[in-house]
Amino acid sequence: MKKIYLDYASTTPVDKRVIKAMEPFLTKNYGNTMSLHSFGQEAKLALENSRQVLADLINAKPNEIIFTGSATESNNQALKGVALRERSESKGGQYKNHIIISAIEHACIMESAKWLAKNGFEITKLPVDKYGMVNPEDVKKAITPKTILVSVMHTSNEIGTIEPIAEIGKICREKGVYFHTDAVQSFGKIAIDVKKYNIDLLTGSAHKMYGPKGIALLYVREGVKIEPILHGGGQENGLRSSTVNVPAIVGFAKAAELCKVEMKKEGARQIKLRDKAIKEILKIKGTRLNGHSENRLPNNINVSFPYIEGESLIIRLDLEGIACSTGSACSSYKLEPSYVLLAIGLKPEEAHGSLRISLGRFTTEKEINHLLKVLPKIVKQLELMSPFKKKYEKE
Amino acid sequence: MKKNSAKTCGSLYTEKVMETFKSPHNYGKIKDASGIGKVGNIVCGDVMWLYIKVDKKEVIKDIKFETFGCVAAISTSSIITDLVKGKTIKEALKITKDNVIESLGGLPKIKYHCSVLAVDALIEAVYDYYTKTKQVIPADLQKKHYIIQKSKDVIEKRYEGL
Repeated sequence: MKKIYLDYASTTPVDKRVIKAMEPFLTKNYGNTMSLHSFGQEAKLALENSRQVLADLINAKPNEIIFTGSATESNNQALKGVALRERSESKGGQYKNHIIISAIEHACIMESAKWLAKNGFEITKLPVDKYGMVNPEDVKKAITPKTILVSVMHTSNEIGTIEPIAEIGKICREKGVYFHTDAVQSFGKIAIDVKKYNIDLLTGSAHKMYGPKGIALLYVREGVKIEPILHGGGQENGLRSSTVNVPAIVGFAKAAELCKVEMKKEGARQIKLRDKAIKEILKIKGTRLNGHSENRLPNNINVSFPYIEGESLIIRLDLEGIACSTGSACSSYKLEPSYVLLAIGLKPEEAHGSLRISLGRFTTEKEINHLLKVLPKIVKQLELMSPFKKKYEKE
Repeated sequence: MKKNSAKTCGSLYTEKVMETFKSPHNYGKIKDASGIGKVGNIVCGDVMWLYIKVDKKEVIKDIKFETFGCVAAISTSSIITDLVKGKTIKEALKITKDNVIESLGGLPKIKYHCSVLAVDALIEAVYDYYTKTKQVIPADLQKKHYIIQKSKDVIEKRYEGL
């Protein structure tokens, strides 16, 4: 059985062209960027060339790109770095201590905010509408003289909704508040211009765009005051001490280059597949689409089935060779249903029956057709076991 | 190191759990059930209904389940029907969550509650049977029934605000 991978929002395979670009930096040019000899200088050159490529992708300057080890690290760095700098500058006096995030941010933003709340910062969580959209007016209203940072993701990792970051960026710039966006899911998929959108900090990650795991970036606009979290040798402009992971960065840059070239065509292709799949899946009685029908990532599908549970659905699909994801509690280690789905107004029981299908560069129409053949059967099987089947039939 | 089946969910569930989940036994309804046990809460993602058919000698001749839940919930449902079928009520009530877990070759710790749910469903089904047949309910069964109902209330309260 040939397996079908439809969980690209979790991670992606590394493109062969990326591996090819990385290889020399694992075997031949393995120098440390801090070394003065030719090995080191070659590595340094590759690092700076890569930085330029990634800066170009979002219309930033190369010196505004900081490489980190993961998107989680970038997001931690953004929130904690800005907050702690603000506090350290106050030298024990009054400082701005207010941070605004949305209710549907990734766990690494949520948990960083939670940690900051424990350490003297005030956190406001903005609600979202039924599609998962933040209202820019809410951002405007939430900003106080004590606000230092607003962090709203570019696109939801679960439901694919695209947030109005241009409007939010404009508001933040006018108010003199930093704006960070977690762009992990959209990076390389949707064009972003940090200058045009007034973005001060932005997170992107390689392994969601056919690059290797363990490498991500934080764009920090020139002039943004931020404290490092990792201290040591002073790499990355003093913001991220650690030996620079050159092969991964070279891979990240190659991945970005490929995404940039293929973005338009690939986006259109995925939207076509996505919409076909959504249309067919919604024919299964009782199914609802989570997120927005148009204003969503080209590769994201998120649906809820009534009266069946997500983990069972995922495992049944896996037994058929199809890999997807769910926001059901039973799939997590917390046994709580997805807060994102609850935030868009789903009842906990609806959140349990959610399925996220995310497409990618290597997804074919044939694969989608196979999914569409298998999925209704599996839903039916699980419904047959569910005590709510009868209730469902009556409706 | 314990070797896991890497084919699917190797690190999470045992082969026996996967096998049971793939082809569960005794699912569906019993129309003229002697007793029905309904446990769990949809808010938490697990609901288990157990139907029993009891004969004159108090032997559980037939048992069926309907479950909304994860792999573990469906597997524990199926396994308890296997464990109970053909036993007298008295024998059936001796089945513990550990028996359920053992029969499945183990469960991840985080899914232990599914084995509790299966045992609770059986207790509730027997309780329902005793009530319907107007029999005296043994004190320990009464007590277990009370605890199950109470924890149900707690869960419902916890999620009221959501």
